[in-house]
Amino acid sequence: MTADIAAILAIDGIATGAVYALVAIGTVLIFTVTRVIFIPFGDIAAFTALTLAALDAKQLPGTVGLVVVLACMASAMEVVSLARAGEFRAVPKAVLGYLVLPLIVVGIVWLTMRFNPPMPVRIVLALLLIMPISPLLDRIVFRPIADASVLLLLTVSVALHFALVGLGLLFFGPEGVRTEPLTSMAIEIAGVHVSGQTVLILAAALVFSGLLFLFFDFTLIGKALRATALNRTGARLMGIRPARAGTIAYLLGSLMAGVSGILIAPVNTIFYDSGFLLGLKAFVGAIVGGMASYPGAALGAFGVGIIESFASFQSSTLKDVIVFSLLIPVLLWRSLASQHSEEEVEE
Amino acid sequence: MTQMFSIEDVSVGYGKVEAVRNVSLSVEEGQIVTVIGPNGAGKTTLLMAAIGLLKSTGRMVFQGADLARIDVEGRVERGLCLVPEKRELFADMSVADNLLLGTYSLRDRSTTRKSLDDVFDRFPRLKERSKQAAGTLSGGERQMLALGRALMAKPKLLVLDEPSLGLAPLIVREIFRTIASLRSLGVSVLLVEQNARAALETADYGYVLETGEIIQSGPADTLIHDPKLIAAYLGGH
Repeated sequence: MTADIAAILAIDGIATGAVYALVAIGTVLIFTVTRVIFIPFGDIAAFTALTLAALDAKQLPGTVGLVVVLACMASAMEVVSLARAGEFRAVPKAVLGYLVLPLIVVGIVWLTMRFNPPMPVRIVLALLLIMPISPLLDRIVFRPIADASVLLLLTVSVALHFALVGLGLLFFGPEGVRTEPLTSMAIEIAGVHVSGQTVLILAAALVFSGLLFLFFDFTLIGKALRATALNRTGARLMGIRPARAGTIAYLLGSLMAGVSGILIAPVNTIFYDSGFLLGLKAFVGAIVGGMASYPGAALGAFGVGIIESFASFQSSTLKDVIVFSLLIPVLLWRSLASQHSEEEVEE
Repeated sequence: MTQMFSIEDVSVGYGKVEAVRNVSLSVEEGQIVTVIGPNGAGKTTLLMAAIGLLKSTGRMVFQGADLARIDVEGRVERGLCLVPEKRELFADMSVADNLLLGTYSLRDRSTTRKSLDDVFDRFPRLKERSKQAAGTLSGGERQMLALGRALMAKPKLLVLDEPSLGLAPLIVREIFRTIASLRSLGVSVLLVEQNARAALETADYGYVLETGEIIQSGPADTLIHDPKLIAAYLGGH
Protein backbone atom coordinates (compact mmCIF):
# COMPACT_ATOMS: atom_id res chain seq x y z
CA MET A 1 0.00 0.00 0.00
CA THR A 2 1.44 3.35 -1.01
CA ALA A 3 0.91 6.62 0.80
CA ASP A 4 -1.41 7.76 -2.00
CA ILE A 5 -3.68 4.79 -1.60
CA ALA A 6 -3.61 5.15 2.18
CA ALA A 7 -4.67 8.78 1.84
CA ILE A 8 -7.53 7.89 -0.49
CA LEU A 9 -8.66 5.10 1.84
CA ALA A 10 -8.46 7.42 4.85
CA ILE A 11 -10.58 10.09 3.15
CA ASP A 12 -13.06 7.47 2.07
CA GLY A 13 -13.16 6.10 5.60
CA ILE A 14 -13.71 9.51 7.14
CA ALA A 15 -16.63 10.13 4.77
CA THR A 16 -18.21 6.76 5.63
CA GLY A 17 -17.47 7.43 9.29
CA ALA A 18 -19.26 10.77 9.12
CA VAL A 19 -22.39 9.00 7.85
CA TYR A 20 -22.13 6.44 10.66
CA ALA A 21 -21.52 9.25 13.15
CA LEU A 22 -24.87 10.89 12.37
CA VAL A 23 -26.70 7.62 12.93
CA ALA A 24 -24.59 6.84 16.03
CA ILE A 25 -25.43 10.21 17.59
CA GLY A 26 -29.11 9.56 16.93
CA THR A 27 -28.79 6.10 18.51
CA VAL A 28 -27.20 7.54 21.67
CA LEU A 29 -29.84 10.28 21.82
CA ILE A 30 -32.71 7.78 21.69
CA PHE A 31 -31.04 5.37 24.10
CA THR A 32 -30.26 7.94 26.78
CA VAL A 33 -33.72 9.49 26.67
CA THR A 34 -35.88 6.36 26.25
CA ARG A 35 -33.52 3.45 27.16
CA VAL A 36 -34.39 1.89 23.78
CA ILE A 37 -31.51 0.74 21.59
CA PHE A 38 -33.24 1.67 18.37
CA ILE A 39 -31.87 -0.88 15.90
CA PRO A 40 -34.20 0.24 13.05
CA PHE A 41 -32.30 3.51 12.72
CA GLY A 42 -30.37 2.18 9.78
CA ASP A 43 -33.68 1.28 8.16
CA ILE A 44 -34.85 4.85 8.62
CA ALA A 45 -31.70 6.03 6.80
CA ALA A 46 -32.25 3.54 3.97
CA PHE A 47 -35.94 4.48 3.69
CA THR A 48 -34.93 8.14 3.35
CA ALA A 49 -32.67 7.24 0.43
CA LEU A 50 -35.48 5.21 -1.17
CA THR A 51 -37.92 8.06 -0.61
CA LEU A 52 -35.60 10.55 -2.24
CA ALA A 53 -35.04 8.21 -5.19
CA ALA A 54 -38.80 7.88 -5.69
CA LEU A 55 -39.22 11.64 -5.54
CA ASP A 56 -36.38 12.01 -8.08
CA ALA A 57 -38.25 9.60 -10.38
CA LYS A 58 -41.44 11.64 -9.90
CA GLN A 59 -43.17 8.70 -8.22
CA LEU A 60 -45.16 8.80 -5.01
CA PRO A 61 -42.73 7.27 -2.47
CA GLY A 62 -43.77 4.14 -0.56
CA THR A 63 -43.08 6.10 2.61
CA VAL A 64 -46.44 7.82 2.12
CA GLY A 65 -48.28 4.53 2.56
CA LEU A 66 -46.09 3.57 5.49
CA VAL A 67 -46.69 6.86 7.30
CA VAL A 68 -50.46 6.70 6.72
CA VAL A 69 -50.69 3.12 8.03
CA LEU A 70 -48.53 3.89 11.08
CA ALA A 71 -50.43 7.12 11.81
CA CYS A 72 -53.76 5.27 11.76
CA MET A 73 -52.43 2.54 14.05
CA ALA A 74 -50.80 4.97 16.49
CA SER A 75 -53.81 7.25 16.74
CA ALA A 76 -56.17 4.30 17.19
CA MET A 77 -54.00 2.99 20.03
CA GLU A 78 -53.76 6.40 21.65
CA VAL A 79 -57.51 7.00 21.43
CA VAL A 80 -58.31 3.56 22.87
CA SER A 81 -55.91 4.00 25.77
CA LEU A 82 -57.26 7.49 26.50
CA ALA A 83 -60.82 6.20 26.35
CA ARG A 84 -59.97 3.41 28.77
CA ALA A 85 -58.52 5.94 31.19
CA GLY A 86 -61.68 8.02 30.79
CA GLU A 87 -59.73 11.02 29.52
CA PHE A 88 -61.95 11.95 26.60
CA ARG A 89 -60.90 15.56 26.68
CA ALA A 90 -57.38 14.60 25.57
CA VAL A 91 -58.65 12.76 22.48
CA PRO A 92 -58.71 15.70 20.00
CA LYS A 93 -55.13 16.62 20.88
CA ALA A 94 -54.02 13.00 20.44
CA VAL A 95 -55.74 12.73 17.06
CA LEU A 96 -54.11 15.99 16.01
CA GLY A 97 -50.64 14.82 17.00
CA TYR A 98 -50.77 11.22 15.83
CA LEU A 99 -53.06 11.43 12.79
CA VAL A 100 -53.56 14.95 11.47
CA LEU A 101 -49.93 16.11 11.66
CA PRO A 102 -48.48 13.09 9.81
CA LEU A 103 -51.29 13.38 7.24
CA ILE A 104 -50.49 17.06 6.76
CA VAL A 105 -46.88 16.08 6.02
CA VAL A 106 -48.10 13.50 3.51
CA GLY A 107 -50.41 16.11 1.98
CA ILE A 108 -47.58 18.63 1.62
CA VAL A 109 -45.43 16.05 -0.16
CA TRP A 110 -48.28 14.98 -2.42
CA LEU A 111 -49.10 18.57 -3.39
CA THR A 112 -45.53 19.76 -3.84
CA MET A 113 -44.67 16.79 -6.08
CA ARG A 114 -47.03 18.08 -8.79
CA PHE A 115 -44.79 21.09 -9.34
CA ASN A 116 -41.62 19.09 -10.09
CA PRO A 117 -39.68 20.63 -7.24
CA PRO A 118 -35.90 21.09 -7.51
CA MET A 119 -33.40 18.85 -5.70
CA PRO A 120 -33.09 20.78 -2.39
CA VAL A 121 -36.88 20.80 -2.00
CA ARG A 122 -37.02 17.08 -2.73
CA ILE A 123 -34.46 16.46 0.00
CA VAL A 124 -36.51 18.47 2.49
CA LEU A 125 -39.64 16.54 1.46
CA ALA A 126 -37.87 13.21 1.93
CA LEU A 127 -36.72 14.26 5.40
CA LEU A 128 -40.20 15.56 6.31
CA LEU A 129 -41.75 12.31 5.22
CA ILE A 130 -39.31 10.14 7.17
CA MET A 131 -39.46 12.05 10.46
CA PRO A 132 -42.90 10.88 11.67
CA ILE A 133 -42.02 7.18 11.28
CA SER A 134 -39.96 6.59 14.44
CA PRO A 135 -42.17 8.66 16.78
CA LEU A 136 -45.18 6.69 15.48
CA LEU A 137 -43.33 3.39 15.93
CA ASP A 138 -42.44 4.55 19.43
CA ARG A 139 -46.13 5.09 20.22
CA ILE A 140 -47.18 1.75 18.72
CA VAL A 141 -44.38 -0.49 19.91
CA PHE A 142 -42.42 1.00 22.80
CA ARG A 143 -44.87 3.18 24.76
CA PRO A 144 -46.89 0.19 26.06
CA ILE A 145 -43.71 -1.37 27.45
CA ALA A 146 -41.91 1.83 28.46
CA ASP A 147 -41.06 0.53 31.94
CA ALA A 148 -39.64 -2.80 30.74
CA SER A 149 -35.99 -3.74 31.10
CA VAL A 150 -33.41 -2.52 28.60
CA LEU A 151 -32.94 -6.11 27.43
CA LEU A 152 -36.63 -6.57 26.61
CA LEU A 153 -36.70 -3.20 24.85
CA LEU A 154 -33.68 -4.29 22.79
CA THR A 155 -35.30 -7.59 21.89
CA VAL A 156 -38.45 -5.79 20.73
CA SER A 157 -36.27 -3.32 18.86
CA VAL A 158 -34.58 -6.13 16.91
CA ALA A 159 -37.97 -7.63 16.10
CA LEU A 160 -39.18 -4.22 14.99
CA HIS A 161 -36.21 -3.98 12.64
CA PHE A 162 -37.19 -7.22 10.89
CA ALA A 163 -40.80 -6.06 10.68
CA LEU A 164 -39.62 -2.82 9.11
CA VAL A 165 -37.50 -4.64 6.56
CA GLY A 166 -40.63 -6.55 5.55
CA LEU A 167 -42.63 -3.33 5.35
CA GLY A 168 -39.78 -1.82 3.33
CA LEU A 169 -40.06 -4.60 0.77
CA LEU A 170 -43.84 -4.14 0.68
CA PHE A 171 -43.77 -0.37 0.25
CA PHE A 172 -40.57 0.18 -1.75
CA GLY A 173 -40.17 -3.03 -3.72
CA PRO A 174 -36.99 -5.06 -4.21
CA GLU A 175 -35.14 -2.71 -6.59
CA GLY A 176 -32.01 -0.94 -5.44
CA VAL A 177 -31.66 2.79 -5.98
CA ARG A 178 -28.86 5.26 -6.31
CA THR A 179 -29.80 8.94 -6.25
CA GLU A 180 -28.18 11.59 -8.43
CA PRO A 181 -25.04 13.10 -6.90
CA LEU A 182 -25.63 16.23 -4.88
CA THR A 183 -22.59 17.85 -6.41
CA SER A 184 -20.19 17.00 -9.21
CA MET A 185 -17.37 19.29 -8.18
CA ALA A 186 -14.13 17.95 -6.79
CA ILE A 187 -11.09 19.41 -5.09
CA GLU A 188 -7.45 18.41 -4.67
CA ILE A 189 -5.90 18.47 -1.22
CA ALA A 190 -2.12 17.88 -1.24
CA GLY A 191 -2.34 15.95 -4.47
CA VAL A 192 -5.20 13.74 -3.31
CA HIS A 193 -8.46 13.91 -5.21
CA VAL A 194 -11.41 14.61 -2.87
CA SER A 195 -14.90 14.46 -4.34
CA GLY A 196 -17.41 17.16 -3.60
CA GLN A 197 -19.72 14.50 -2.15
CA THR A 198 -17.09 13.67 0.50
CA VAL A 199 -16.76 17.32 1.44
CA LEU A 200 -20.54 17.60 1.59
CA ILE A 201 -20.84 14.54 3.83
CA LEU A 202 -18.29 15.91 6.28
CA ALA A 203 -19.85 19.37 6.26
CA ALA A 204 -23.34 17.97 6.82
CA ALA A 205 -22.13 15.77 9.68
CA LEU A 206 -20.45 18.75 11.33
CA VAL A 207 -23.40 21.09 10.82
CA PHE A 208 -26.02 18.67 12.09
CA SER A 209 -24.08 17.51 15.13
CA GLY A 210 -23.23 21.16 15.83
CA LEU A 211 -26.90 22.11 15.66
CA LEU A 212 -27.75 19.28 18.03
CA PHE A 213 -25.25 20.53 20.60
CA LEU A 214 -26.58 24.08 20.32
CA PHE A 215 -30.06 22.67 20.84
CA PHE A 216 -28.92 20.81 23.97
CA ASP A 217 -27.07 23.79 25.39
CA PHE A 218 -29.32 26.72 24.62
CA THR A 219 -32.94 25.57 24.58
CA LEU A 220 -35.08 24.50 27.51
CA ILE A 221 -36.41 21.52 25.53
CA GLY A 222 -32.85 20.45 24.78
CA LYS A 223 -32.00 20.71 28.46
CA ALA A 224 -35.16 18.77 29.30
CA LEU A 225 -33.98 15.94 27.01
CA ARG A 226 -30.61 15.85 28.76
CA ALA A 227 -32.35 15.95 32.14
CA THR A 228 -34.58 13.00 31.19
CA ALA A 229 -31.49 11.08 30.11
CA LEU A 230 -29.72 11.81 33.40
CA ASN A 231 -32.56 11.29 35.86
CA ARG A 232 -36.05 10.28 34.80
CA THR A 233 -37.67 10.72 38.21
CA GLY A 234 -36.06 14.12 38.62
CA ALA A 235 -37.27 15.12 35.17
CA ARG A 236 -40.83 13.99 35.90
CA LEU A 237 -40.80 16.06 39.08
CA MET A 238 -40.01 19.08 36.88
CA GLY A 239 -43.10 18.28 34.80
CA ILE A 240 -41.14 16.77 31.91
CA ARG A 241 -43.12 13.84 30.46
CA PRO A 242 -40.71 11.05 29.48
CA ALA A 243 -43.04 10.05 26.62
CA ARG A 244 -42.96 13.56 25.22
CA ALA A 245 -39.18 13.80 25.60
CA GLY A 246 -39.01 10.44 23.81
CA THR A 247 -41.06 11.74 20.89
CA ILE A 248 -38.74 14.72 20.50
CA ALA A 249 -35.70 12.45 20.73
CA TYR A 250 -37.15 10.17 18.03
CA LEU A 251 -37.88 13.15 15.77
CA LEU A 252 -34.35 14.50 16.14
CA GLY A 253 -32.77 11.08 15.79
CA SER A 254 -34.81 10.43 12.63
CA LEU A 255 -33.57 13.71 11.19
CA MET A 256 -29.97 12.62 11.81
CA ALA A 257 -30.60 9.18 10.29
CA GLY A 258 -32.46 10.76 7.37
CA VAL A 259 -29.62 13.12 6.61
CA SER A 260 -27.16 10.24 6.65
CA GLY A 261 -29.42 8.31 4.27
CA ILE A 262 -29.48 11.22 1.85
CA LEU A 263 -25.71 11.60 2.04
CA ILE A 264 -25.04 7.93 1.38
CA ALA A 265 -27.64 7.46 -1.37
CA PRO A 266 -25.52 8.84 -4.24
CA VAL A 267 -22.47 6.82 -3.13
CA ASN A 268 -23.94 3.38 -2.43
CA THR A 269 -26.82 1.53 -3.99
CA ILE A 270 -29.53 1.30 -1.36
CA PHE A 271 -32.04 -1.53 -1.10
CA TYR A 272 -35.00 -1.87 1.26
CA ASP A 273 -32.80 -3.93 3.59
CA SER A 274 -29.57 -1.93 3.32
CA GLY A 275 -30.22 -0.17 6.59
CA PHE A 276 -29.25 -3.04 8.86
CA LEU A 277 -25.49 -2.90 8.29
CA LEU A 278 -25.51 0.88 8.42
CA GLY A 279 -27.39 0.83 11.70
CA LEU A 280 -25.23 -1.93 13.12
CA LYS A 281 -21.99 -0.13 12.32
CA ALA A 282 -23.29 3.08 13.80
CA PHE A 283 -24.27 1.03 16.85
CA VAL A 284 -20.68 -0.23 17.12
CA GLY A 285 -19.55 3.39 17.08
CA ALA A 286 -22.08 4.27 19.76
CA ILE A 287 -20.88 1.40 21.95
CA VAL A 288 -17.32 2.70 21.75
CA GLY A 289 -18.74 5.87 23.32
CA GLY A 290 -20.43 3.76 26.02
CA MET A 291 -23.93 4.53 24.59
CA ALA A 292 -23.81 7.69 26.66
CA SER A 293 -21.30 10.09 25.15
CA TYR A 294 -21.97 11.95 21.91
CA PRO A 295 -18.33 12.79 21.13
CA GLY A 296 -17.44 9.21 22.05
CA ALA A 297 -20.06 7.86 19.66
CA ALA A 298 -18.94 10.17 16.85
CA LEU A 299 -15.30 9.23 17.37
CA GLY A 300 -16.19 5.55 17.47
CA ALA A 301 -18.19 5.92 14.25
CA PHE A 302 -15.27 7.60 12.48
CA GLY A 303 -13.04 4.80 13.72
CA VAL A 304 -15.43 2.20 12.30
CA GLY A 305 -15.54 4.05 8.97
CA ILE A 306 -11.75 4.24 8.66
CA ILE A 307 -11.20 0.62 9.70
CA GLU A 308 -13.86 -0.50 7.26
CA SER A 309 -12.24 1.47 4.46
CA PHE A 310 -8.81 -0.10 5.01
CA ALA A 311 -10.32 -3.53 5.64
CA SER A 312 -12.21 -3.45 2.35
CA PHE A 313 -8.94 -2.70 0.55
CA GLN A 314 -7.26 -5.71 2.14
CA SER A 315 -10.16 -8.08 1.79
CA SER A 316 -13.51 -6.76 0.69
CA THR A 317 -15.31 -10.01 1.55
CA LEU A 318 -14.11 -9.89 5.15
CA LYS A 319 -14.53 -6.19 5.84
CA ASP A 320 -17.65 -6.56 7.97
CA VAL A 321 -16.10 -9.46 9.87
CA ILE A 322 -13.07 -7.29 10.64
CA VAL A 323 -15.19 -4.35 11.79
CA PHE A 324 -17.42 -6.41 14.07
CA SER A 325 -14.50 -8.46 15.47
CA LEU A 326 -12.96 -5.21 16.63
CA LEU A 327 -15.98 -4.73 18.86
CA ILE A 328 -14.83 -7.57 21.12
CA PRO A 329 -11.71 -5.88 22.54
CA VAL A 330 -13.68 -2.63 22.88
CA LEU A 331 -16.40 -4.38 24.88
CA LEU A 332 -13.77 -6.04 27.07
CA TRP A 333 -12.08 -2.73 27.70
CA ARG A 334 -15.37 -1.02 28.49
CA SER A 335 -16.55 -3.71 30.88
CA LEU A 336 -13.22 -3.58 32.75
CA ALA A 337 -13.11 0.21 32.79
CA SER A 338 -16.64 0.82 34.06
CA GLN A 339 -17.03 -1.61 36.95
CA HIS A 340 -17.74 1.08 39.50
CA SER A 341 -20.45 2.81 37.50
CA GLU A 342 -23.36 0.98 39.09
CA GLU A 343 -22.75 2.55 42.49
CA GLU A 344 -22.69 6.01 40.96
CA VAL A 345 -26.20 5.57 39.67
CA GLU A 346 -27.55 5.61 43.22
CA GLU A 347 -26.63 9.17 44.14
CA MET B 1 -58.66 30.04 55.32
CA THR B 2 -59.29 27.98 52.22
CA GLN B 3 -58.17 24.45 51.84
CA MET B 4 -55.14 23.94 49.60
CA PHE B 5 -54.61 20.23 49.70
CA SER B 6 -56.37 17.39 51.38
CA ILE B 7 -55.74 13.69 51.67
CA GLU B 8 -58.78 11.65 52.70
CA ASP B 9 -58.54 8.06 53.82
CA VAL B 10 -55.51 7.31 51.69
CA SER B 11 -53.78 3.94 51.77
CA VAL B 12 -50.61 3.01 49.91
CA GLY B 13 -49.26 -0.47 49.56
CA TYR B 14 -46.24 -2.21 48.14
CA GLY B 15 -47.74 -5.47 46.95
CA LYS B 16 -49.52 -6.96 49.97
CA VAL B 17 -47.81 -4.78 52.52
CA GLU B 18 -49.68 -1.61 53.35
CA ALA B 19 -47.12 1.05 54.20
CA VAL B 20 -49.73 3.76 54.76
CA ARG B 21 -53.23 3.03 56.11
CA ASN B 22 -56.28 5.31 55.96
CA VAL B 23 -54.38 8.52 56.42
CA SER B 24 -56.25 11.83 56.26
CA LEU B 25 -54.65 15.24 56.51
CA SER B 26 -55.07 18.69 55.10
CA VAL B 27 -53.02 21.79 54.36
CA GLU B 28 -54.67 25.23 54.41
CA GLU B 29 -53.52 28.02 52.16
CA GLY B 30 -50.33 29.67 53.39
CA GLN B 31 -49.88 27.05 56.11
CA ILE B 32 -46.83 24.99 56.94
CA VAL B 33 -47.89 21.50 57.93
CA THR B 34 -45.49 18.86 59.13
CA VAL B 35 -45.72 15.11 59.35
CA ILE B 36 -43.29 13.73 61.90
CA GLY B 37 -42.58 10.18 62.83
CA PRO B 38 -39.85 7.59 63.16
CA ASN B 39 -37.92 5.94 60.36
CA GLY B 40 -40.10 3.54 58.38
CA ALA B 41 -43.39 5.07 59.51
CA GLY B 42 -44.42 5.56 55.87
CA LYS B 43 -43.71 9.28 55.60
CA THR B 44 -41.86 9.12 52.27
CA THR B 45 -44.43 6.64 50.91
CA LEU B 46 -47.20 9.08 51.74
CA LEU B 47 -45.45 11.90 49.88
CA MET B 48 -44.70 9.72 46.85
CA ALA B 49 -48.42 8.96 46.66
CA ALA B 50 -49.26 12.66 47.07
CA ILE B 51 -47.12 13.60 44.06
CA GLY B 52 -48.37 10.62 42.05
CA LEU B 53 -45.21 8.51 41.86
CA LEU B 54 -46.96 5.74 43.83
CA LYS B 55 -50.48 4.44 43.34
CA SER B 56 -52.86 4.91 46.24
CA THR B 57 -56.46 4.38 47.22
CA GLY B 58 -58.58 7.08 48.80
CA ARG B 59 -59.10 10.64 47.73
CA MET B 60 -56.71 13.53 47.19
CA VAL B 61 -57.87 17.03 46.36
CA PHE B 62 -55.59 19.88 45.36
CA GLN B 63 -57.13 23.34 44.99
CA GLY B 64 -60.54 21.82 44.42
CA ALA B 65 -59.36 19.35 41.77
CA ASP B 66 -59.51 15.60 42.35
CA LEU B 67 -56.02 14.25 41.70
CA ALA B 68 -57.08 10.67 40.89
CA ARG B 69 -56.62 11.07 37.11
CA ILE B 70 -53.82 13.61 37.16
CA ASP B 71 -50.32 12.26 36.66
CA VAL B 72 -47.11 13.49 38.25
CA GLU B 73 -46.43 16.01 35.50
CA GLY B 74 -49.98 17.32 35.64
CA ARG B 75 -49.70 17.82 39.40
CA VAL B 76 -46.43 19.71 38.93
CA GLU B 77 -48.10 21.94 36.31
CA ARG B 78 -50.82 22.75 38.83
CA GLY B 79 -48.22 23.88 41.37
CA LEU B 80 -47.82 20.77 43.52
CA CYS B 81 -44.04 20.30 43.70
CA LEU B 82 -42.01 17.70 45.55
CA VAL B 83 -38.44 18.06 46.75
CA PRO B 84 -37.62 14.38 47.27
CA GLU B 85 -35.42 12.91 49.94
CA LYS B 86 -32.88 11.88 47.30
CA ARG B 87 -32.96 15.42 45.79
CA GLU B 88 -33.03 13.89 42.25
CA LEU B 89 -30.75 16.57 40.77
CA PHE B 90 -29.32 16.41 37.25
CA ALA B 91 -25.77 15.61 38.34
CA ASP B 92 -23.92 16.23 35.07
CA MET B 93 -25.68 19.50 34.35
CA SER B 94 -24.71 22.90 35.71
CA VAL B 95 -26.37 24.45 38.75
CA ALA B 96 -27.90 27.13 36.50
CA ASP B 97 -29.32 24.53 34.10
CA ASN B 98 -30.81 22.59 37.02
CA LEU B 99 -32.53 25.75 38.19
CA LEU B 100 -33.76 26.64 34.69
CA LEU B 101 -35.34 23.21 34.33
CA GLY B 102 -37.47 24.13 37.34
CA THR B 103 -39.40 26.46 35.04
CA TYR B 104 -40.25 23.69 32.56
CA SER B 105 -43.80 23.26 33.89
CA LEU B 106 -44.63 26.97 33.65
CA ARG B 107 -46.73 28.33 30.79
CA ASP B 108 -45.31 31.81 31.15
CA ARG B 109 -41.52 31.90 31.42
CA SER B 110 -41.11 35.67 31.11
CA THR B 111 -40.19 35.90 34.79
CA THR B 112 -37.44 33.25 34.67
CA ARG B 113 -34.68 35.86 35.04
CA LYS B 114 -36.29 37.30 38.16
CA SER B 115 -36.92 33.88 39.71
CA LEU B 116 -33.29 32.99 39.09
CA ASP B 117 -32.13 36.19 40.80
CA ASP B 118 -34.47 35.49 43.72
CA VAL B 119 -33.01 32.01 44.18
CA PHE B 120 -29.47 33.38 43.96
CA ASP B 121 -30.36 36.07 46.56
CA ARG B 122 -31.73 33.38 48.83
CA PHE B 123 -28.76 31.03 48.31
CA PRO B 124 -25.68 33.08 47.33
CA ARG B 125 -23.65 29.85 47.36
CA LEU B 126 -25.56 28.65 44.32
CA LYS B 127 -24.69 31.81 42.42
CA GLU B 128 -20.99 31.27 43.10
CA ARG B 129 -21.30 27.75 41.76
CA SER B 130 -23.82 28.38 38.99
CA LYS B 131 -21.53 27.04 36.24
CA GLN B 132 -20.43 23.98 38.25
CA ALA B 133 -21.98 20.55 37.70
CA ALA B 134 -24.64 19.77 40.30
CA GLY B 135 -22.91 16.46 41.08
CA THR B 136 -19.88 18.30 42.48
CA LEU B 137 -21.85 20.14 45.17
CA SER B 138 -21.74 19.38 48.89
CA GLY B 139 -24.77 17.87 50.63
CA GLY B 140 -26.01 21.22 51.91
CA GLU B 141 -25.58 22.90 48.55
CA ARG B 142 -27.48 20.07 46.90
CA GLN B 143 -30.42 20.60 49.21
CA MET B 144 -30.30 24.33 48.48
CA LEU B 145 -30.28 23.55 44.76
CA ALA B 146 -33.19 21.12 45.09
CA LEU B 147 -35.17 23.75 47.03
CA GLY B 148 -34.17 26.49 44.61
CA ARG B 149 -35.12 24.37 41.61
CA ALA B 150 -38.55 23.69 43.13
CA LEU B 151 -39.05 27.42 43.85
CA MET B 152 -38.31 28.20 40.17
CA ALA B 153 -41.54 26.32 39.37
CA LYS B 154 -43.52 28.88 41.44
CA PRO B 155 -45.19 26.13 43.49
CA LYS B 156 -48.43 26.70 45.34
CA LEU B 157 -47.73 23.77 47.63
CA LEU B 158 -44.18 22.69 48.23
CA VAL B 159 -43.81 19.13 49.50
CA LEU B 160 -40.50 18.59 51.27
CA ASP B 161 -39.21 15.14 52.14
CA GLU B 162 -36.62 15.18 54.93
CA PRO B 163 -34.92 18.42 53.87
CA SER B 164 -32.52 18.22 56.82
CA LEU B 165 -31.42 14.63 56.26
CA GLY B 166 -27.66 14.20 56.43
CA LEU B 167 -26.90 17.90 56.74
CA ALA B 168 -24.68 19.72 59.21
CA PRO B 169 -26.60 21.56 62.04
CA LEU B 170 -25.69 25.01 60.73
CA ILE B 171 -27.09 24.19 57.30
CA VAL B 172 -30.16 22.57 58.82
CA ARG B 173 -30.90 25.88 60.53
CA GLU B 174 -30.49 27.73 57.23
CA ILE B 175 -32.84 25.34 55.42
CA PHE B 176 -35.50 25.68 58.10
CA ARG B 177 -35.17 29.47 58.01
CA THR B 178 -35.82 29.29 54.28
CA ILE B 179 -38.86 27.07 54.79
CA ALA B 180 -40.29 29.48 57.36
CA SER B 181 -39.76 32.37 54.97
CA LEU B 182 -41.88 30.67 52.30
CA ARG B 183 -44.95 31.71 54.30
CA SER B 184 -44.41 35.31 53.26
CA LEU B 185 -44.33 34.21 49.60
CA GLY B 186 -47.75 32.64 50.00
CA VAL B 187 -46.40 29.15 49.40
CA SER B 188 -47.96 26.39 51.47
CA VAL B 189 -45.64 23.67 52.71
CA LEU B 190 -46.10 20.02 53.56
CA LEU B 191 -42.97 19.03 55.42
CA VAL B 192 -41.95 15.53 56.38
CA GLU B 193 -39.18 15.32 58.94
CA GLN B 194 -37.41 13.08 61.37
CA ASN B 195 -36.01 16.17 63.04
CA ALA B 196 -39.29 16.63 64.90
CA ARG B 197 -38.31 19.56 67.06
CA ALA B 198 -37.07 21.74 64.19
CA ALA B 199 -40.10 20.75 62.11
CA LEU B 200 -42.63 21.62 64.83
CA GLU B 201 -40.86 24.91 65.59
CA THR B 202 -41.28 25.89 61.95
CA ALA B 203 -44.75 24.49 61.26
CA ASP B 204 -48.26 25.71 62.08
CA TYR B 205 -49.82 22.29 62.36
CA GLY B 206 -48.45 18.81 62.87
CA TYR B 207 -49.37 15.18 62.37
CA VAL B 208 -47.61 12.21 63.94
CA LEU B 209 -47.31 9.17 61.70
CA GLU B 210 -46.45 5.81 63.22
CA THR B 211 -46.39 2.46 61.39
CA GLY B 212 -48.47 3.89 58.58
CA GLU B 213 -51.19 5.53 60.66
CA ILE B 214 -51.78 9.01 62.02
CA ILE B 215 -51.78 8.63 65.80
CA GLN B 216 -51.95 12.26 66.81
CA SER B 217 -52.41 15.72 65.34
CA GLY B 218 -52.75 19.28 66.49
CA PRO B 219 -51.33 22.79 66.32
CA ALA B 220 -47.53 22.62 66.26
CA ASP B 221 -47.07 24.66 69.44
CA THR B 222 -49.34 22.26 71.31
CA LEU B 223 -47.61 19.15 70.00
CA ILE B 224 -44.20 20.49 70.91
CA HIS B 225 -45.23 20.63 74.57
CA ASP B 226 -46.99 17.27 74.61
CA PRO B 227 -45.26 15.14 77.26
CA LYS B 228 -45.79 11.89 75.34
CA LEU B 229 -44.25 13.29 72.18
CA ILE B 230 -41.39 14.84 74.11
CA ALA B 231 -40.60 11.43 75.51
CA ALA B 232 -40.91 9.65 72.15
CA TYR B 233 -39.44 12.06 69.59
CA LEU B 234 -38.37 15.36 70.97
CA GLY B 235 -36.05 14.26 73.72
CA GLY B 236 -34.72 16.64 76.38
CA HIS B 237 -32.54 19.56 75.56
